[in-house]
Amino acid sequence: MNAFFEFFRVDYFDPLIEVASSYAADIDGLIWLVLLLVGFWFLLAQGVFFWFILKYRAEPGRRADYIDGKNKRHKRWITVPHLLVLVCDVLIIVVSFNVWYKIKMDLPDNPDGVIRVIGQQWAWTFQHPGADRELDTPDDIFTVDELHVENNRVYHFELQSTDVLHSFSVPVWRIKQDAIPGRTITGWFQPTRTGEFDVQCAEICGFGHGVMAARVMIEDEATHAAWVAANTPATAAAAAPVPAAMPATQVAASPAAGPASAPNGHGGH
Amino acid sequence: MVEPAVDLAHGEAHDDHAHHGPQGWLKYLWSTDHKVIAMQYMFTGMFMALVGGFMAYVFRMQLAFPGINVPGFGGVSPGEYNALVTNHGTIMIFWVAMPVLLAAFGNYLIPLMIGADDMVFPKINRLSFQVFFVSTIVILASLFVEGGGFAGAWTAYPPLSADSTYNLTPLGSTLWVIGVGLEFVAFLLGGINFITTLMNSRAPGMRAFDVPIVVWMIVVASILFMLSVGPLLAGAIMLIFDQTIGTGFFNPATGGDPILWQHLFWFFGHPEVYVVLLPAMGVVVEIITTFARKKLFAYRTVIFTIVATGVLSFFVWAHHQFIAGIDPRMANIFTITTLLISVPIAELCFIYIATLYGGSIRLTTPMLWALAFVAEFLIGGVTGIFLGAAGADVYFHDTYFVLAHFHYTFFPIAIIGTFAAFTYWFPKMFGKMMDERLGKIHFWGTIIPFNLIFIPLFVLGMGGQHRRIYNYDQFPDIAGGIFQDMRELATYSLLVMLAFQFVFFYNCFKTARSGPKAPKNPWKANSLEWTTESPPPHGNWHPLRMPVVYRGPYEYSVPDREDDYWPQNDPDGAPLQVVDDDDS
Repeated sequence: MNAFFEFFRVDYFDPLIEVASSYAADIDGLIWLVLLLVGFWFLLAQGVFFWFILKYRAEPGRRADYIDGKNKRHKRWITVPHLLVLVCDVLIIVVSFNVWYKIKMDLPDNPDGVIRVIGQQWAWTFQHPGADRELDTPDDIFTVDELHVENNRVYHFELQSTDVLHSFSVPVWRIKQDAIPGRTITGWFQPTRTGEFDVQCAEICGFGHGVMAARVMIEDEATHAAWVAANTPATAAAAAPVPAAMPATQVAASPAAGPASAPNGHGGH
Repeated sequence: MVEPAVDLAHGEAHDDHAHHGPQGWLKYLWSTDHKVIAMQYMFTGMFMALVGGFMAYVFRMQLAFPGINVPGFGGVSPGEYNALVTNHGTIMIFWVAMPVLLAAFGNYLIPLMIGADDMVFPKINRLSFQVFFVSTIVILASLFVEGGGFAGAWTAYPPLSADSTYNLTPLGSTLWVIGVGLEFVAFLLGGINFITTLMNSRAPGMRAFDVPIVVWMIVVASILFMLSVGPLLAGAIMLIFDQTIGTGFFNPATGGDPILWQHLFWFFGHPEVYVVLLPAMGVVVEIITTFARKKLFAYRTVIFTIVATGVLSFFVWAHHQFIAGIDPRMANIFTITTLLISVPIAELCFIYIATLYGGSIRLTTPMLWALAFVAEFLIGGVTGIFLGAAGADVYFHDTYFVLAHFHYTFFPIAIIGTFAAFTYWFPKMFGKMMDERLGKIHFWGTIIPFNLIFIPLFVLGMGGQHRRIYNYDQFPDIAGGIFQDMRELATYSLLVMLAFQFVFFYNCFKTARSGPKAPKNPWKANSLEWTTESPPPHGNWHPLRMPVVYRGPYEYSVPDREDDYWPQNDPDGAPLQVVDDDDS
C-alpha cells in the first residue's frame, strides 16, 4: 500500500513554488491525483457537451428526437458515469485520508525541537528553544517575524494567538493552521531545503492583515548553531523562565549571525 | 421600468389591489403584484451588482498597481482594502445573487409558471421587499459611518468581528450584522410565500411532476434557506450582543468559543451555496429544453437529485474549517460528505448534456448564456474536489485557488444565470424583443474576460498566494515575476469585462425605446407564462380564462404532431395519461 502512495509523491508545483518540507510532496501528489481524475471527467464532459452543441445545431427539416430518459436503457448513460464518479471519489478520499493523517494527526514522537508560534495583531512572535532544545528555559530566543529552523530536523510547533484568529501558513512547507486565542494547537514540520521563504497570515485579522508577513530561514547545521550562539540572551543563565503566552520583544539579530539571518526588509509593526 | 399594466379591459372582474391603493408612483411602492415586487427586487439587485462591481474594480486596481490612485476612488489604505473585499463578498452574495435569482425570478416566475394570479400572501410579499429595501440601506450606510465599513471578511469570524478594539470599525461591523440579519428576515418572508404558493395555487390539472423544474428548484432552495438560516440568525444576535453589550459568546476570555460562530455561519453558509445554485440550474433547464426543442432527460431524476443535494448540503459545512482548529478526525468525515455531494451535481450536468443529445439547437442569446453556465460551472465544480479533500485543502485553504474556485461557481450562478434568465424572460417581462446582435456581443465580451480574470487567479493560488492581502510587496516569494503578471492580467480582463456591460445597458435602453413588440410566445415554449400577454396584466390571466394544465412542461418535438412544441394548457389530445413507468 505504501508503494501505492509513494507513486503520488511528485514535485508537481516546482515551477511555481518549491517543495521544502517532508510532507509537501505528499500534498502535491494528492493534488496531482485529483487533477488526473477530475481532469479526465472535465475533459470528457466538456468534450461531449461541445460535440453535441456542434452536432445537433438546428437544420431546416430536421426534427429533434423525443427522448424522455425514463427507461433504463437511456438512463444508464447517466447512471454509469455517476457510479464511476463515485469510484473516483472513493479513491480521492482514501489518498486524502492518508495525507491528512500524516500531516495533522500523526505527530512524530521525540521532535528535535519545539517552537512556539504566537500570532498577534499584526506580527508573528517565534519562541525558539535555544541550545538546550527546550522551551521556557532562560536561553529561549524570541524573534519577531523571523523564524529560524535547522534543515532536516523534525520540529513541533505550538500555535497560539493573543487577540484574534490568525493562520500560520508556510506555502513551501504546505502547512497551514489557524491560531485561536485561548488554545494551543500543536503541529509539526520537517524542513528539507535550506533557504529563506515567506510565512503568511492566512486568516484575516484586521487592518494590518496584509502586512503580517514573516520569513522562515531554513539553515544548515553550522549556520543554525552560529545563529543560536549569537542570539542566546546574555542573561540566559540568570533570568527566570519567560511566561509562555506573553508577547515577547524582538531580540535584534546580530550582524555576526551570518547571511541567512539578515533582518527581513520591512518594519512598521 | 415597463409597467405590467393593469388591463382595463379585463380588470373589472377581479379584486384589483391597484384600483384601491395609492395611484401614480406610489402604486409601485405599495403594489402587492408579484411582478412589480419581482422588478423591485431585480432592479435593487442590479444596482447592488454595480456597487459590488465597482468595489471589485477598486481592489483589483490596487492589487495590479499597488499604491495607485484608483480613478474614481483614490488611494486604497489597508483598512479600506479589507472593507472593500468584505463588502464586495457580502453584497454580491446577499444583495445580488439572492434578490435577483431567488427573489426576483422566484416572484416573477412561480405564479406565472403554475398558473396562479398572484402569490398566496401578497402583503407578506410586499413586506418582504420592504424589509429587504431597509436592509439595503443599512448595508450601504455601513460603508459611510465613522471608522468605515466592516472589514473582517464576509464570513465575519470573531473575535475580530466581535470586538471593535480589534476590528476598528465599531459602527460598520454592527450595521453589517444588522443589515445581513434584516436581509435574512426578508428572504424568510419571501420563502414562506414561494413554498405555500407552489403547494396551494397550482392550476387545475397541474400535478407535482408537471411543475417546471425552475419552480421546483426555487422552492427547494427556499426550503434549504429556511432550514439553514435559523442557526445563523441566532449567531448574528449573539454577535451583536458581543459587539454592543459586552457579552462573550465568542470570546475565549469569558468562556466563549470563536469556533462556535464558524459552525453557525457555515451550517448556513454551505446550504446557501445551493440556495443560489439551484434557481440558476433551473433557469438553465428551461432554456436548454426550449432552444434544443428537447424533452428534459429524466425529469423525476432531476427532482430526486436536487432533493438529495439539498439534504447532503447540510452535512458538508465543516469543509470550510478543516484547518480552523477543529478536531482533525472531523475533517475525515466532512471529506467524505463533501466528495459525495459531487455525485448529484455531476449527475445534473450529465442530464444537461443528455438533454442536448438529438436536439435541434438554436444558439440564441439566452441559449448561449445557459450553455456557458454549464461549461463554466463545470470548472467551478471540479476545482471544488481539490478543496473538499482535506489533505489538499491544507495547502489550498484561503489561497486564491479557493477564491478562483468559488468565483467559477458564483459567477456562473449570479451573473451568467441571471443574464440567461433576464434575456430569456425579457420579452415576457417588458413586452419587447432584445437586440440579438448586441446580446451576443455582450455575451462574448463577458465570457472571455471572465475566464481571463479567474484562470490567472488559479495559478496565483497554486503558487501559494493568500487572500485578502492588500499589497503583496510584503512577501518576496510572490511579489513579482509571474505573480505580478497574473495579477495585472486579471485586472485588465476585469476592466474589459466591466466595459462590455455598457453594451448590455445600451441594449436594454435601446430595446425599451425602439425594440420590436414581443408576441405572447416568442420562443415557442411550453410553460404557462408564455400563454398570457407580454407583459402579463395584473392578475396574469383573464380571471375567466385561467389556464388549465394537461401535461408536463417539456413536451417538445413530440412525434406525430405538426408543431414541435405542445403548450401545457393545450387541450388538444388531452387527457394525456402518461404511464408512470419511472423506476428511479
